[in-house]
Amino acid sequence: MAETKITLEQVRHVARLARLELSPQDEERLRADMGEMLEYVDKLNELDTKDVAPTTQVGEAGMPMRDDEVTNRPAADAMLSNAPSRERGYFKVPKIIE
Amino acid sequence: MPSELNKLTIAEASAKLRAREITAAQLTRDCLDRIAAAEPSLHAFITVCEKEAAEQARVADARLAAGNAPALCGIPLGIKDIYATKGVRTTCASKILQNFIPPFDATVIERLRADGAVFVGKTNLDEFAMGSSTENSAFGATHNPHDLERVAGGSSGGSAAAVAAHECLGALGTDTGGSIREPASFCGVVGIKPTYSRVSRYGVVAYASSLDQVGPFTKSVRDAAIILRTLAGKDVRDSTCSARPVPNYERALGDTVKGLRIGVPREYFVEGMQPEVEKSVREALKTYESLGASTTEISLPHTGYAIAAYYLVATAEASANLSRYDGIRYGLRVNAEDNIALYETTRAQGFGAEVKRRIMLGTFALSAGYYDAYYLKGMKVRTLIRNDFERAFEKCDLIVTPVAPTTAFRIGEKMNDPLTMYLSDIFTISVNLAGLPGMSMPCGYDAAGLPIGMQLIAPPFAEETIFRAGGAFERSGSCKPRTTAV
Repeated sequence: MAETKITLEQVRHVARLARLELSPQDEERLRADMGEMLEYVDKLNELDTKDVAPTTQVGEAGMPMRDDEVTNRPAADAMLSNAPSRERGYFKVPKIIE
Repeated sequence: MPSELNKLTIAEASAKLRAREITAAQLTRDCLDRIAAAEPSLHAFITVCEKEAAEQARVADARLAAGNAPALCGIPLGIKDIYATKGVRTTCASKILQNFIPPFDATVIERLRADGAVFVGKTNLDEFAMGSSTENSAFGATHNPHDLERVAGGSSGGSAAAVAAHECLGALGTDTGGSIREPASFCGVVGIKPTYSRVSRYGVVAYASSLDQVGPFTKSVRDAAIILRTLAGKDVRDSTCSARPVPNYERALGDTVKGLRIGVPREYFVEGMQPEVEKSVREALKTYESLGASTTEISLPHTGYAIAAYYLVATAEASANLSRYDGIRYGLRVNAEDNIALYETTRAQGFGAEVKRRIMLGTFALSAGYYDAYYLKGMKVRTLIRNDFERAFEKCDLIVTPVAPTTAFRIGEKMNDPLTMYLSDIFTISVNLAGLPGMSMPCGYDAAGLPIGMQLIAPPFAEETIFRAGGAFERSGSCKPRTTAV
């Protein structure tokens, strides 16, 4: 396989960060696809952005404040209605502490 | 002889409903019949809400009979399956949300409900709105009603196809990089992405929060103005949502374009684009000149960098937004020996290939050691793209461009080449990065009979300029709607 911008070890590290289990075929495919994309986005380095401020949002709302008032009602049953596993009023997960 | 009320525009149907010439029940029945007939070949819907729609129509008829009903009362709409709809499954075309039934409505759904709109179903999309063809759906691709072997565009392809095929009178989509405008262009309907922050995103499943925006698909410019007026406006549940008053967009429709200064960016007419697309948009510009507008060449010099900047910013935001799908509180869970393994296997089995690709790229762009070189660089180039438009709008009131370099491509044609697929959005993506309003409307057809779309782009909150110019072009009669193959 041709040299790519990203190694298999990096792909595995990023998958770990993203909590994605990958098969060996997935890893190879993603290495190729991510390599191609990273090579493509390298064209941004043609631009001098040293003195350019980043755009993080384009809206005009800023950070509006509101009074800290409760506007919703307790709805535990509705909130739990899509839970893959529940017991009494709780979400149920595998045991964490031995 | 079937009544075929489903072929009416919203404005026409609304007038007939209020004059009690037709009923919402009949209109809804015609849409549902059309859905039953067309769906086997189109697959525009993931879920059809027959029972709920009939009940909503019954309530709307009562309200219409009482008089003074809003414009959308009794109007059957399709809803992209990315909007939370109380009690109706919302999948985002993903296995991970296959059985998710939201306990609440998105703000725009709440507003449409309050007006008495009828929801005939939830439309197909690329999984989590990631794609340009509606092929990345866990439930299968949507087909273009003008040619079943071609894509409907994406990500809101189901909504575009449903409106084009008269399965509903209008539909909601979302647009992060062109997901309303490109499918509208491919299917020959009107689609508008409003200014970022014009419409609340509360209850719209997030893909890239700084780019996502809500908008309608319709058969006419007037219908788009009617729906947008209902959708837009302040919402305390979306802190980015603008408090600016919402104009009556319909009023702008009758205005002439005399004196309107139209900018034509040279970077949007490039080598490799389908010649018929360029020809059709250039002819539309001539129509505008004959109506009294002036056209002038402008430059948006950073256009060639927009896709690269977008795929860093959007995937970074997506990787954060999609971290919530962990198999704990809702959605798919694949059990494993511990919690970490549970997250990893749930996400591995729940997400499709394109979603994983974007989560991976975004996680990489945000990771230690790469943040500055990728994510930060993307946000800085975003500033340059915004500045391009700001400068251009000193010389013109409206920018007119093609929506996509080609008409609808074949199903499967670009599926094995992600980068080529991404390049389909080359003319729409800058508008999201700059937060501007943009509308796609039909301006012609290619030799194969496939629709061509033109894009009208205005400064922030100048949707009225778009409606003014869109209405004038529609009235000129230069592009007659054609019936679809299905």
